[in-house]
Amino acid sequence: MPGKLKAKIVAGRHLPVMDRASDLTDAFVEVKFGNTTFKTDVYPKSLNPQWNSEWFKFEVDDEDLQDEPLQITVLDHDTYSANDAIGKVYIDIDPLLYSEAASVISGWFPIYDTIHGIRGEINVLVKVELFNDLNRFRQSSCGVKFFCTTSIPKGYRAAIVHGFVEELVVNEDPEYQWIDRIRTPRASNEARQRLIFLMSGELQRKIGLKVLEMGGNAVVGYLQCFDLEGESGLVVRAIGTACTLEKLSSGSGTHTHPNTAPASNACNSPSKDGKESPLAHGCRSTHNSPVHSACSSQRLSQNFSVSVPTLIFTGMGSGSMGKDAGPLKTLLRQQTQTALEQREFPFFTLTSFPSGFLLHVGGVVSARSVKLLDRIHNPDEPETRDAWWEEIRQEIKSHAKALGCHAVVGYSESTSICEEVCILSASGTAAILNPRYMREGCLDLGGSDQRFEDPSPSSCGFCHIPYDELNMPFPAQLTYCFHCRRQKVPDVLFTTIDLPSDAAIAGKGCFIQARLCRLKKKGQGEANATAISNQLPFMEYELHTQLMNKLKLRSMNALFGLSIQISVGENMLLGLASATGVYLTALPAPGGIQIAGKTPGDLNTEQHILNIQKRINDTIAKNKEFYEVNPPDLTEEVVGSPIPEPRLRSRLFRSHSESSDELSELDLSHGKKDAFVLEVDDTDAVEDIQSLLTDASPPKGFYSCNTETMPGIYNWTSALQMFTSVRVLRLSNANLSNQALNKVFTDLCENLLKSFYFKLRSMIPCCLSHLVFSVAVPEEDLIQVAVTAVAMTFDKDQTQDKPAEKPITKGCSEAEDQLQFSLELCTDSSSINSQSSSKNSAAKLNQNQLIVVRSAGVPESSHLSTRAASVDYGSFADRCSTWLELLRLKAHTIRRGSVKTSRRTQSLAHSVSSLEHSSPLTDGRSRSLRSSRSFGGSSVSVVKMTPLSFLPGTRIVKYVGIINMFFIRETTSLREEGGVSGFLHSFVAEVFAMVRAHVAALGGNAVVSYSMKDCVLMENPNKNQCQCLINVSGDAVIYIRETDQEVTGSTANIRLSCTSSADGAT
Amino acid sequence: MAVELDVFVGNTIIMSEEVYQLWLDGYTVNDAVKVRMEGGVLDEFDAKADVVLSDTMDQYRTFQMCERLLHSPTKLANQLLFQIPPHRQATLIERYYAFDDVFVREVLGKKLSKGTKKDLDDISAKTGVMLKSCRRQFDNFKRVFKVVEELKGPLVENIRQHFLLSDKLARDYAAIVFFANNRFETGKRKLQYLTFQDLAFCAGQLINNWTVGAVDNMVEDMDVDLDKEFLQELKELKVLITDKDLLDQHKSLVCTALRGKTKAFNEMEANFKNLSRGLVNIATKLTNTKDVRDFFIDLVEKFIEPCRSDHWTAADMKLYLTHYTNSAHILDTFKHQVVWDRYMGVIKSCIFKMYHD
Repeated sequence: MPGKLKAKIVAGRHLPVMDRASDLTDAFVEVKFGNTTFKTDVYPKSLNPQWNSEWFKFEVDDEDLQDEPLQITVLDHDTYSANDAIGKVYIDIDPLLYSEAASVISGWFPIYDTIHGIRGEINVLVKVELFNDLNRFRQSSCGVKFFCTTSIPKGYRAAIVHGFVEELVVNEDPEYQWIDRIRTPRASNEARQRLIFLMSGELQRKIGLKVLEMGGNAVVGYLQCFDLEGESGLVVRAIGTACTLEKLSSGSGTHTHPNTAPASNACNSPSKDGKESPLAHGCRSTHNSPVHSACSSQRLSQNFSVSVPTLIFTGMGSGSMGKDAGPLKTLLRQQTQTALEQREFPFFTLTSFPSGFLLHVGGVVSARSVKLLDRIHNPDEPETRDAWWEEIRQEIKSHAKALGCHAVVGYSESTSICEEVCILSASGTAAILNPRYMREGCLDLGGSDQRFEDPSPSSCGFCHIPYDELNMPFPAQLTYCFHCRRQKVPDVLFTTIDLPSDAAIAGKGCFIQARLCRLKKKGQGEANATAISNQLPFMEYELHTQLMNKLKLRSMNALFGLSIQISVGENMLLGLASATGVYLTALPAPGGIQIAGKTPGDLNTEQHILNIQKRINDTIAKNKEFYEVNPPDLTEEVVGSPIPEPRLRSRLFRSHSESSDELSELDLSHGKKDAFVLEVDDTDAVEDIQSLLTDASPPKGFYSCNTETMPGIYNWTSALQMFTSVRVLRLSNANLSNQALNKVFTDLCENLLKSFYFKLRSMIPCCLSHLVFSVAVPEEDLIQVAVTAVAMTFDKDQTQDKPAEKPITKGCSEAEDQLQFSLELCTDSSSINSQSSSKNSAAKLNQNQLIVVRSAGVPESSHLSTRAASVDYGSFADRCSTWLELLRLKAHTIRRGSVKTSRRTQSLAHSVSSLEHSSPLTDGRSRSLRSSRSFGGSSVSVVKMTPLSFLPGTRIVKYVGIINMFFIRETTSLREEGGVSGFLHSFVAEVFAMVRAHVAALGGNAVVSYSMKDCVLMENPNKNQCQCLINVSGDAVIYIRETDQEVTGSTANIRLSCTSSADGAT
Repeated sequence: MAVELDVFVGNTIIMSEEVYQLWLDGYTVNDAVKVRMEGGVLDEFDAKADVVLSDTMDQYRTFQMCERLLHSPTKLANQLLFQIPPHRQATLIERYYAFDDVFVREVLGKKLSKGTKKDLDDISAKTGVMLKSCRRQFDNFKRVFKVVEELKGPLVENIRQHFLLSDKLARDYAAIVFFANNRFETGKRKLQYLTFQDLAFCAGQLINNWTVGAVDNMVEDMDVDLDKEFLQELKELKVLITDKDLLDQHKSLVCTALRGKTKAFNEMEANFKNLSRGLVNIATKLTNTKDVRDFFIDLVEKFIEPCRSDHWTAADMKLYLTHYTNSAHILDTFKHQVVWDRYMGVIKSCIFKMYHD
């Protein structure tokens, strides 16, 4: 169905001087969409042209609207020769295609040139008129919302989670076409950028179609990646989780009803609104040997049990293992099976979940496969690539089954390519999900019943093993849960998801990394692939061993957010495993680490061993203190009152008990090497010990984690600094041993962390969250590590506070915040009053499980009535001069509307929401226009960026669209730009600037779930050249500060308060 | 094991004022690292030299990228490349345009040309300000000069608006521009004892009272060029020394007023004619550009030095000049009261400021 795209070019500023003679520029603009191009007049002799063009109108199919970006090219008019391009702006108009998001794109965009970088800015207005048609979703998938956020977006409720969607499209890479030899680097880069924009548009549309087929309306946890396969082509692939989302603030009848399930869930534990609960206790991973053509033949798959890192070989048939489980589990499984088994892949890219969604977690499942790339012959039929991924997903599915699980959560896929060799990897966490989210309608009916039938309390339920203890997929030591003592739990749990917000933990979390570097011979083709795939299992094994040891060293027993990256280079393989360690109180206390020597007679050795042992014990004690790991009643649980039965039972399976005293007895009966015992004669062990002891803990005042939120820290203040850091190391000595290489790699990562701590020291007390490391081997002898993370401050004095109080204490003033409104109402709110009163009502909620209005800030709030609310509203309305106030007001009203379903409030809510649709955005837009035009006076509005799904101290009121951008930058004057560092520094800054500009143009003031997917750097210093590709993504949002909400004296619906508490608490 | 590339970029600019100052002062990265480490960065935080180096490099790169924007500070506020909180913007600009008094003292009154720029190494050697910093300061002077040269309206206000500087700094720049434009001689040995602040104060006096802008505030260069008509009128003051009756009358009026009020009375009485001639001659010669340039040296030679050799105190000076100025009003044949006040007002405050060791 057609739509009309309208664009208007308003003005330019800070343009570069294109005419040396006059020091001025005669600029004009070409606006292109699809095959239609319009031009503005030439605005002569100005660096700040005012084109103020007419509206250029494009009449197009909405399919094109989804695929194509709007291309704006700024040129310098030249009478005698060809016009010179100044730069381009690509605008993704997808955010305009769904009604809830932005209605207009308007703002200053940096004019970007792949050779010169940002060259001035251009002010553009873009609108879309979609002709409403009942049929309109048939051809395209306009209207499906995409979120990078890997949890249910704030302000929404997942009515149904449909499941996994995936798609990939392939094309030839313009950089490798014959024509590239004769065209300029600029033309080539632009062809590439344009192609990738097109491909990701197409990909998104295709995924959208699949979602519509499934009956969903949104994709959450959307993860799009590029594989630059060089000669063999360009692959853009994406995975995500299809959902049916409902807007919470829409005022729909369902959730204003007090008996609705989700609401009561929320009431149940406002302080710990369940995000997810994964637990992984074992890791299974598979490696496919070079299957390339003969994929079905020899396949090598390994399972790792993390608790006792042992290799077990399993064939594909291993999936049947988990089938015969205990009666309870079978029951659960039956319920869900129907729902899930209809799906080919019961995978979820989400890493955190609504309360009650996740029942049990089995462990990490992962699969890798080494492939040889071949030219993609027919881009329209990307069957080979599809088949490759299909194979891997099957593997993952069967691993999950083997763990007695029917679903995989926290699922992700990645590749590493070196020349013709490609390693495909997939990993996730096997889990059992609550079936009610899978079926339509059941969420709203009796969901709560089901929840309370569930015997496992939410704080420990996810830890309970999903598989049958008599028929375990890997050797593990089981004990009764230290919380409920009714179910079995493993001794260690590894997962790829975030810590569920209601999980019971002790102390704080801790960033744990295992690093490994292995040399490999250079090779070609099949032989090379085989060599690589032979190394993979050993690498994975070692990484797990390292993780395990480091976990023990910190006295913790679970890992969350585990991600293992294996990168291939010509002469080496790099493995990097990052995770956040935490002490789950439901799991047994971890034992210590025992050092054993092989030759007991030798006095020297023994002395040496004693020394190492002492150091290790000291480190453990120090870490315990640093991370405040003081589990309550630990001694009583472990020593004082052992539950007899679990001991007996578990003895069948385990090699030793959980207390460190017994560690010395090495049990090899199952052919396992005890994870706790390190033999110093073993070179590997020496290496391990070294890496254990060289890991410096962060300086005082700093914490770090790679998950969404830092376990054990709840009271974030609002200061935040997102950063990207890239380091490339050149190995000068070609003949390094594996060990030396390991040391180099470990130091590289450690030094990066130290560097962050130093740079951000002014933010103490502070936590580096969502530390994402990505490693690559761009060339022989080069190791590249790119890190994106966010530093967030927190209030040190209240670190022990429970999350329930957090939403109130959280709000903090921030100087740079532009969207700050002084409200007259703030005078009558005393923070102390509001704090206590809200606490009280929250407590009430817990008991009654009814929707009670939580009031904050208004003194007489305890007996707040709907009538009072609407009166308040009326007096307020007059004062609404800004759209933001309107927005907040809307939320306000609706929240009140939910107190009682009175018609009047509802209609009010509706009217406000319609107001919000029509005016607020344009209002905000014109404001920004005005401000940016006045020269010198005003400043650019602040756009915050964070890799997390929330901003502390704020509430996200609207998602205005997904950001998915791809840039290429090239230089032929590398030295002049300050070398590679100078080049990349400005490129990264430019990428940030362009992201911010697009977000601001959409009306947003922040990007959440920001990530840098790719940073591919190719340098040739001898030729003074360098090229870099960066791909970033995130969700543009509008947030308001939580203090504003408090100040207005608004009442919070329980669900809203829960959402916000989940933000900070997890 | 060479670090081939090392960058750290924050969404909001990351800078430490200490490193910025080192950068402005012209330290190389390595020297800056040395200074920082000696300054105890390491003690307060467990950081090794490579960490400090990496941090310093990142900041230096950031500053270099910002430098282009700092050349037209108004751009800093609406550029998109860096997200800089407003208070940081202000710091960046104010510090960038700050200068060393010792350095500016050397170039004050010189033509801001390539020729002067070539002499910067000598100045750098003499003042101990690093060459890089000298260049930045010199280029700042030149840039400000070039921009305000063509603008209408008050000089200080123009500088403040175009360079977003604080009032104090804008005034200093106005002085520098004023000196450079009129090429006042300030380098002579006799003038060495004057600080930049002394001269800047005098410049302020001249700008406020003697320029075109003092009478008409919408002309080009109004605050940079002296009021020609006024200079012409100053010639009329000559009667004060050429008319013998007038001179004697003036003297006796001043002496009557001063008698018994100061220890230096005898010297004042003896020197009255000399001093008066000196001051009036300065006034009458100001129509010549050359004599304008020598304004300060003349003040020192013709007035300040004689007084100093007679050991006048600052209070004596004040007393004398006050009565000298006021007495002229009582002279019945002297008709140029307005010009006299406009002239003596400035001369008085300049001499007060300049009369020290």
